Amino acid sequence: MNPISKNRRSPKQYSVLPGFGLTMGYTLLYLGLIVLIPLAALFLKSSQLGWDDFLKAVGNPRVVASYKLTFGASFIAATVNAIFGFIVAWTLVRYQFPGKRLLDAMVDLPFALPTAVSGIALTAIYSENGWIGQYLEPLGIHAAFSPLGITIALTFIGLPFVVRTLQPAIEDLQRENEEAAASLGASRLQAMLRVILPAVMPALLTGFALSFARALGEYGSVVFISGNMPMRTEITSLLIISKLEQYDVAGATAIAVVMLLASFALLLAVNLLQWWSGQRYRGVA
Amino acid sequence: MSIEVKHISKTFGDFTALNDVSLRVNDGELVALLGPSGSGKTTLLRIIAGLETPDPRADSAILFHDSSVSGQPVGKRQVGFVFQHYALFRHMSVFENIAFGLRVRPRRERLAKSEIQDRVHHLLKLIQLDAFGNRYPSQLSGGQRQRVALARALAVEPKVLLLDEPFGALDAKVRQGLRAWLRRLHDEIHLTSVLVTHDQEEALEVADRVVVMNQARIEQVGTPEEVFHRPASEFVIEFLGQVNIFHSRVRNGSARLGEMTFDCPSYPHPQERPATIYMRPHELDIKRQQNGVPSLEAEVVRVNPAGSIAKISLVTRDGHEVQVDLSLERLQELNLGEGETVFLYPKKARVFVPHYVI
Repeated sequence: MNPISKNRRSPKQYSVLPGFGLTMGYTLLYLGLIVLIPLAALFLKSSQLGWDDFLKAVGNPRVVASYKLTFGASFIAATVNAIFGFIVAWTLVRYQFPGKRLLDAMVDLPFALPTAVSGIALTAIYSENGWIGQYLEPLGIHAAFSPLGITIALTFIGLPFVVRTLQPAIEDLQRENEEAAASLGASRLQAMLRVILPAVMPALLTGFALSFARALGEYGSVVFISGNMPMRTEITSLLIISKLEQYDVAGATAIAVVMLLASFALLLAVNLLQWWSGQRYRGVA
Repeated sequence: MSIEVKHISKTFGDFTALNDVSLRVNDGELVALLGPSGSGKTTLLRIIAGLETPDPRADSAILFHDSSVSGQPVGKRQVGFVFQHYALFRHMSVFENIAFGLRVRPRRERLAKSEIQDRVHHLLKLIQLDAFGNRYPSQLSGGQRQRVALARALAVEPKVLLLDEPFGALDAKVRQGLRAWLRRLHDEIHLTSVLVTHDQEEALEVADRVVVMNQARIEQVGTPEEVFHRPASEFVIEFLGQVNIFHSRVRNGSARLGEMTFDCPSYPHPQERPATIYMRPHELDIKRQQNGVPSLEAEVVRVNPAGSIAKISLVTRDGHEVQVDLSLERLQELNLGEGETVFLYPKKARVFVPHYVI
């Protein structure tokens, strides 16, 4: 039935590129050293606290407020990026215009800039007397030193993830599909919603997940623009740092464990969603 | 519904895809646009569909049923378009693919759910895929996918069916079957259809009329019989099937090839000119002995009797390769062996005098 499963080779099958044992061993060792051992250490360290102290550390109202802010702002930022990143990727793939390559390169800037630099730049622009902030302030919108500012910073650093994952997917779209939809009487909106979006959905979800995950862990660009007011604009990463500065290593790792588990659960959920949206029509093209 | 295009030109940058092309397709006709790649046939089809706009010209027009559709976008022209690579929506089941055109209609024109179901099931039966409604395109073979694409195009009850190399991506065997099926389908529903193909066999077998295109222009329009047996130009005779080409000289209305002469009434002038003589493989006969009538001496290089006819390859005295088709009975009579010398007798030939500029 499924043509892919036939091709799946067991490790013992003959291959023109031998070396499965060696590369698999290396992969496991590498992932163990770089990813698993540090994470295990995190759990070990937090377990020093004991169950009561652990719950107290992670259930502190100030910490809970920071979870809400971090996950909320990251979610909003990733959603904004999914929508506008799609438009950017579409424009860059589908249209020819002067300066296209320059614009394309600019998408990567948030990748390349040290996050502290972007944090300072954003703060300067959005603060009360900044270029943009001075026009927002009379409208009653406080962009800097507020949850809004944090969302702006997280949107900034997450954009490239959505654009770069969507670009190949949009390039792969067959124009004939859109022409077929049009010839069957579909309006442009219908063609977009019923034909194009479902086709790029797996890539869009991946971009969303990457952008979201990046935002959860962001520190440098946020600390400047957030103002770090307890209960209001403190993100979880900041709390971990401040705990460490107070030599409360176990408390810091306890919060970190919560973040780790939450992020893992969310990424798993997004991956499941992505698998579900793609599995129906996977197979020979 | 009839289709008419008048004085259509289309250029892409420096490339001229269509150069002042006019064509009429009658109501209920199946017309094949036949030509090599780059001849403009697909561009013409896409312009008829409204997927491409012709270069603006005062006298150009696209008419459906004698009324202009030039300003209408593809969705309003009520055309069914079938693409070479099917262009099925792969995230939709076969059923949803076919129903797509019915579901995207504005609410007040949309059919009731049960009517949509009925129509899709009817179409599934028509394409002989009744049991496949819940499958996804990736689970179908190429021929099945193309049938689904056809059903999807027919679902919206188009006035015109346009097919862009619909069988181009399929195996020869599947293509043969689908071709016959398409012809039967057309005889049933009599939908005005235009089929683009580069396969001359396909065009000659399926179409009511064939439009032979070359280098952005129409070379000849005619029934399959006309274009095959009475080609209007050198291009048509060379493109439609195999042909033996001999270069000769012509004057006073006759061309000479060795001792043989061929009539060429189109060039009655006494001044000698180069001319080309065309003979199809089945228009030559082979004899072991000369019978007094002028003939062409040749040596048998290869005999291939694997098929409904035998294909004989020969080389003339002056090193010219010649192909001859013989019936298997005739081959048995002659008992030809490779390396033997025989005599070729043309039954029919066409002489073309190339255009010349003084």
